[in-house]
Amino acid sequence: MNSRRTIYRRFKSRTILGLMAFTFLLALVPLVSLLWTLAANGAATVTPHFLTASWAPVGENGGIAHAIAGSLSLLALASVVAVPLGLANGIYLARRAPTRLAHLTRLLLDVTSGIPAIIVGVFIYTVVVRREGFSLGIGFSMVAGGLALAMIMLPIFARTSEEAIRAIPRAVEEAGLALGLPRRRVILRIILRAAVPSIFTGLFLSLARVAGEAAPLLFTAFGSNDWPASPLKPVSSLPQLLFDYARQPFDELVRQAWGAALVLVAIILLIRTATFVYLRWRYSKGASIA
Amino acid sequence: MVMTTLDLDETNLDTTSPPRRAAKLRSRPIGDRAFDLSIGACAVVPPVLILLFVIVLAYGAWPAIAEFRWHFLVSAAWEPNPDKEEYGALPFILGTLISSILALALAAPIGISVASFISEVVPPSLRGLLRFVIEILATIPSVVYGLWGVFVLAPWVMNHLAPVLSKSLGFLPFFSEPFDPRNMLCAILILTIMVLPMIVSVSLDAMRSVPISYREAALGLGATRWEMIRLAVWPSARSGFIGGCILALGRALGETMAVTMVIGNEHRISQSLFAASDTVASTIANQFAEAPSDLFTASLIELALLLFLITLGVNLIARLIVRRVAIGGAD
Repeated sequence: MNSRRTIYRRFKSRTILGLMAFTFLLALVPLVSLLWTLAANGAATVTPHFLTASWAPVGENGGIAHAIAGSLSLLALASVVAVPLGLANGIYLARRAPTRLAHLTRLLLDVTSGIPAIIVGVFIYTVVVRREGFSLGIGFSMVAGGLALAMIMLPIFARTSEEAIRAIPRAVEEAGLALGLPRRRVILRIILRAAVPSIFTGLFLSLARVAGEAAPLLFTAFGSNDWPASPLKPVSSLPQLLFDYARQPFDELVRQAWGAALVLVAIILLIRTATFVYLRWRYSKGASIA
Repeated sequence: MVMTTLDLDETNLDTTSPPRRAAKLRSRPIGDRAFDLSIGACAVVPPVLILLFVIVLAYGAWPAIAEFRWHFLVSAAWEPNPDKEEYGALPFILGTLISSILALALAAPIGISVASFISEVVPPSLRGLLRFVIEILATIPSVVYGLWGVFVLAPWVMNHLAPVLSKSLGFLPFFSEPFDPRNMLCAILILTIMVLPMIVSVSLDAMRSVPISYREAALGLGATRWEMIRLAVWPSARSGFIGGCILALGRALGETMAVTMVIGNEHRISQSLFAASDTVASTIANQFAEAPSDLFTASLIELALLLFLITLGVNLIARLIVRRVAIGGAD
């Protein structure tokens, strides 16, 4: 039974499985290194003062509060645009009888999620920021940055909403219709309400994704050293502050960049981990996952 | 224009035959029809957006397109001198292609191997967790990779990897002088790390959708676990592997911030991977805000248009191969 050939085949199998395990560990090396350097370089910088103080000239111990506030306002603005539109798209795509437009829209939403963020920035610059040509001519502003983020958020949120709505059992919909409710009421009052937990999960995932984007903000929100004041003024954000400071020759600013990176990654990982745990918990309770 | 799209949409909404449709429309509450119309109008937004992208970028790039025509694609000049402005995209296009393709060549085998490990070797109860750990790599923002790349990866490449490579493979032009502190090799490595989770996710989905009976059949015939993976699982998951790799290619082509921070931003074509260079995306990120002239801006927008069309095509192909990929990474 245990011929030499069998022994060889088993040996080969074990070796290759071992190699696979090795590649997995190899993939973890950059992750561990990155999280380690983030913690090592950022921990000392992140103090209550750092989180609550605004920008100050080099040497005067400034903070990143203005960038945190800027990021939050940009994300809020992006959500205001992307959430209604994404929900509407989700409802349309989850229809029981998909139209040709639904297939096209779904495909193009997926394709849109692959468009480089920097190009979204150039696009928004050309139609919103620029003062001449075929443009709204608003200038560098929070509005422009929020729109750019909304365009990146839309495909992710729309597709997760679609899955969330699709997961509601058909019987629920039919029960509503059988009671004589108009279809829009069934969708808005029954299906959407039942899908709310999954929709929020999708919202948080898409916010976590968008919160780290700097590329679309470079020529839209532009960055600023002040607190966000007006939707029509340039505004700072965590990823962009990080990018700007990392290129500065001052040690203090580089240290602040590490601090901002730590804050940013902590927020994003917190959201991701919370949704992961939440989805597992729901899954273990037998609910469908979106 | 809005009205016509709405009309079009209404005809699309209903697939029933004309007489029945008329009856149905009469019986449906007006509120429902308004609701369907507005939802349908929103569904037109993504296709219209893509179209707008092409129009707007082409419009913005027009001065450069009219001035340089196809020379833009093959010229290596980048001359903002106001007396004789001349712009060519060749170094950036080459930089983008080289960095993305080499990153993919590194990430594809590792990614498929990692996915196979998670899907076929690890106990099922650990699968979700290990997948989540790999997907953390995808949630780290690009700028944070850039920061890490500048202060950890680039020095490591300079002090440890470069001497080894140039000593052992220095006879190849790719590993010759000059040694820049930030260079193409750093960009390739950082792209490899960044696209890896995408390849793992899509490959994992593809392998999990292979029926369990295939595996049982292979094992029942006396295959070892490796033979089962190679003969029963991989062939059925192949389209997923290919789709994942093409998606990753699209991601690598357009990746901006991290690459901008580690590639060195030198406008030149060099055979050496240790030379600082530039990509299309990093050039836009670096120079767009400080464009000295309108023609310069138009040239950068033309770069954006080029990149847009390429990534659009790459993503279309990938999505048609991988029809069912959940985005957002919800497990």
